[in-house]
Amino acid sequence: MTEHQLVVIGGGPAGLSAALSAWEAGITDILLLERDKYLGGILNQCVHNGFGLHRFKEELTGPEYAGRYVELLESTAVRVKTDAMVLSVSPDRTVRYVSPADGCRTVHAGAVVLAMGCRERTRGAISVPGTRCSGILTAGAAQRFINIEGKMVGRRAVILGSGDIGLIMARRMTLEGAKVLACVELMPYSSGLNRNIVQCLQDFNIPLLLSHTVTDIIGDRRLEKVVVSAVDEHRRPIPGTEQTFECDTLLLSVGLLPENELTRALGAEMDPRTNGAAVYENMETSIPGVFACGNVLQVHDLVDFVSEESARAGAAAADYIQNGETASRRTLTVENGNAVSYTVPQRIRMEAVDQGVQVFFRVNRVFEKSAVTVTAGEKQIARFKREHMAPGEMERIFLPEKLLALAEGETITVSAEEAEA
Amino acid sequence: MQDVIIIGCGVVGAACAYRLSRFRLRLTVLEALSDVAGGTTKANSAILHAGYDPEPGTLMARLNVEGVRLAEEICAKLDVPYRKTGSLVLAFDEKDRSCLRTLLARGEKNGVTGLHLLSGDEARALEPELSGEVQEALLAPSAAIVNPWEYALAMAETAVRNGAELHLSCPVTAITREGDGFAVTTPKGVFHSQYIINAAGVHADNVHELIGKKNFTIRPAKGEYYLLDKSEGTRVSRVIFQCPDPKGKGVLVSPTVHGNLIVGPTAEPSGPEDTSNTAQGLQKVRDLAVRSVPGVRFRENIRNFAGVRASSDRGDFILEESPAVPGFFNAAGICSPGLSAAPTIADELTALLAEKGLALEEKEEFIDTRRRVRFHELDDGARNALIAADPRYGRVICRCETVTEGEIIACLRAPIPPASINGVKRRVGAGMGRCQGGFCGPRVQEILARELGVPPEAVPLEEPGSYILTGETKEAWT
Repeated sequence: MTEHQLVVIGGGPAGLSAALSAWEAGITDILLLERDKYLGGILNQCVHNGFGLHRFKEELTGPEYAGRYVELLESTAVRVKTDAMVLSVSPDRTVRYVSPADGCRTVHAGAVVLAMGCRERTRGAISVPGTRCSGILTAGAAQRFINIEGKMVGRRAVILGSGDIGLIMARRMTLEGAKVLACVELMPYSSGLNRNIVQCLQDFNIPLLLSHTVTDIIGDRRLEKVVVSAVDEHRRPIPGTEQTFECDTLLLSVGLLPENELTRALGAEMDPRTNGAAVYENMETSIPGVFACGNVLQVHDLVDFVSEESARAGAAAADYIQNGETASRRTLTVENGNAVSYTVPQRIRMEAVDQGVQVFFRVNRVFEKSAVTVTAGEKQIARFKREHMAPGEMERIFLPEKLLALAEGETITVSAEEAEA
Repeated sequence: MQDVIIIGCGVVGAACAYRLSRFRLRLTVLEALSDVAGGTTKANSAILHAGYDPEPGTLMARLNVEGVRLAEEICAKLDVPYRKTGSLVLAFDEKDRSCLRTLLARGEKNGVTGLHLLSGDEARALEPELSGEVQEALLAPSAAIVNPWEYALAMAETAVRNGAELHLSCPVTAITREGDGFAVTTPKGVFHSQYIINAAGVHADNVHELIGKKNFTIRPAKGEYYLLDKSEGTRVSRVIFQCPDPKGKGVLVSPTVHGNLIVGPTAEPSGPEDTSNTAQGLQKVRDLAVRSVPGVRFRENIRNFAGVRASSDRGDFILEESPAVPGFFNAAGICSPGLSAAPTIADELTALLAEKGLALEEKEEFIDTRRRVRFHELDDGARNALIAADPRYGRVICRCETVTEGEIIACLRAPIPPASINGVKRRVGAGMGRCQGGFCGPRVQEILARELGVPPEAVPLEEPGSYILTGETKEAWT
C-alpha cells in the first residue's frame, strides 16, 4: 500500500483549491483523484461568465476559472490521477480507487479531503406524474450535451425549477435557437440568484411562473406536452388552473444534493440539514484527519466561495498532517434560529479559533430589510444588517474570536429577523 | 420453414424459446419492440410468488409452485440475480386473519412448503419495521425476488446461442394459413412455420384476431410503483404483502435484487400501452404502503413507473391450442403469477405442441450456461485481472452503480445487444441508480454511438422515436 501525506478526492474547484492550499502550506506529497477524464469538474460545462469576481476580481467563464487553478496546480508537484474513481474511504484514511491505468489500488493518507461535489435531483425525487418519454433531462445533463458535446437536446422547452442551472440553461437554449416557453417554480420565490433571473429570463422575455408546477407529462416516445398548474400555499396543485405547453423538452432544475455516498460509508457524522458532513470550524469531519469542502459539504451558489472554503480545508489538512489533532476541550455547537435552515460549520472548537470563524447559512424565506443575529443563551453576541436575504442566496457572517469568547454556554444560535422600523 | 414461431419476447416468449431451444427445432421469435422484455416483463413487482394465491385447480395454481422451483435453478445456471427472501402477508383485522387462513389452506393444497402463521409480535421480530397494527402474518419462506428483465433476457440469449432466431422491432401485421402451417407477415418480411405460440402479452387477443376468432379478451390493468434509493433498501428484508383483494395482491413493500426498495402497485383498468403515472395512483401507493411499513421514506424515491398486467376475461392463464385455429397456441392472460410460472408455462406449451406432433429430439450440444461480469460484485483481485486484460474495466461510467465501460462494451457484444440507453441500463445497470443517468447518460450515449457506428443523435432512450438529441448546436442559426 502506497503512503501519501494527503489524498484529495475530486478535481473540481473544491479539490483543486484544497490541494493548492495544502501545497502552499508545505505538504509536498499530495495525490488528487478525479473520476472524469479532466480536471475542473462541473466548471468545464459552465461556459457562461460570472465566475471569479471575488476570487480573481474579474469576470471569467467556468472553464477559464478552472483553467486558472489547473495552471496553478501544474506549477506544483501535486500528483493528479484522472479517470480514477474512489470506491471507499476508511476511518483510518485508507482510500481505494480504480482507474484504467492503475487498476484497483489502495493507498493510505495522513489526511483526506473529500471534495466530490453534488448531483442534481431528478424527476423521481419529485415524482412528476406522466409518461416516461424522452426529452426530460436534468438541466446539468442538457448543459453537458450542449456545451461539451455540441449537441442540441430540443427545440421547444419548459424549465421546471428555477435553480441557477435551470436559469442558465433557459438562456443557453434560447441562444442556441430553441424556444423556452416558461420557467416553472413551485415556491413563491426563485431558488436562483437574482442576477440570473434578470440576465437569463427577463432579458429574453421568458416568463417565470412562481407557485406553479408540472402536473402531467404527455408524450409517447418523445415529449409532446406538459401540463402546468398553479399550487396553493401547501404546494398542492389547484384544479382548474391547468395550462398546457406544447414542447419537446422539459429541463429539471429542482435542487442539488451533495454526493456523500463515500462520506456515509466512511461513517462520518452527517447533518440532515445540509445532506453533508457535520464539520468543525476548519472543515474537519467527525473522523479525525478527514476534511470536507465545496458542494459535497454544502451546495454553494458561487464557485469563489467554494474555492475559499476549500482553501481553508486544505490548509487545515496540512496543519493536521504537520501538527496532529486539534485540541477540543471546549466546543460550541452552532444552531439554527428563526428562519435559518442550516449553518456550516456546525461546531466550533474554541482553542482552534485563530482570528474568527466564517459561518455560512441560508434563510428559509425571503427577507427585505433585516438582520442576522447570533445569540448565546439570552445574550446577543453579534448582529449584522442585511438589505435583502433569500433562500437562493447563501449568506455568510464572520464571527471574530473576541465575540465568540462572549459565548458562555455550549451553543450559539444564528437567526434572521425583520429589521425594526 | 420454421417449426415454431413465438410471437412476443417477454418473459413467457423468452421462456418458451429457452425451453424449446434444447430440442432440435427451427425456432423464430418475433418481438414488436426494439428490445426483449420491453412490456409487462420490465415493469412489475419482480417477485417469484410462493404460490398460495391461486385457487387450487387453476392453471395458475398448478404452474406457480413448480415454476418458482425451476426459476431458482435457471437463475443459477444463467447468472440472473435472484434472492430467496421469503414473504409475509399481513393481517390487520379479523377479516384479514380469516384471509390468511384461506391462503394457508390454498397454499397447502397447491404444494407450497414451509407456510406458517406468525403472531404480530413474531412477524415484527423478523421485520422490525412492520406496523404495530399487524395482528398476524403468513410467512412463505419460498418466495423470492428476481431481476425480471434479466431473467427474460438470459433465457432469450440462451435460446439464441442455441440457434433460435430473434427478430426485434418486428411486429406481426398479418397471419395467414399456408398448408397446415402459417405465414406470418412483418415489416422485416414473411416468416413461415408449422406452429405458432402467441405470447404477445397485452396484445395477445389482437394477435389472435389476425388469424381467427379469439375466445378471450385481454383486460389490461395498470399498476403504479415507487422505486426508492438504496438508502431505503434494507427497510424490510422480505416481500411484505397485504391481503389480496379481487383486483390483485394489494400494495407490497419489498427489497429488490439491486438493493433498492420497491413499493406498489395499484390496479386500475387501463389501455394496453398506458404506462403513465398519475398523482392519484402514486398517492394511493403511499397511503396503502405505510399501513404495512410506516417508516418508508418516500422522499428517497428515485423513480416512479407503471406496468400493465396482461390479465384476461378468463381469470386464469390461457394455455391452449386455439379452438378456431389448429396449430396456433395461446400463452395468454399471463398476469401474476406469470413471472413465477414462466418456465412451467413454457413446459406446458411444449407438451401441448408435442401432443400435436412436434418432434422433441434433445440436442447434445445444448448450451445451458451464461455468465456476465458484474464489476461491483468482484473482489479487487478479480477486478485487476479484468483490467489487466482490458483497461476499460477500470473506467467507471455509472458512478452510482459502479458500472464500467468494459461491462457496457461486453453487453454490446452479447447475443442480444441493446440499441438504446435504457437497453444498456437493463443489461448492466448504468443509469439505474440515484442520479438516474444524469451523469452517465451522455457517456453511455457516446459509447453506444461509437460502438454501433452511428451518430449520437441516432441513439434513442428506448424505442425508435424516443430521440434524446435533436442535432448540433448552432444549427438553428445556419
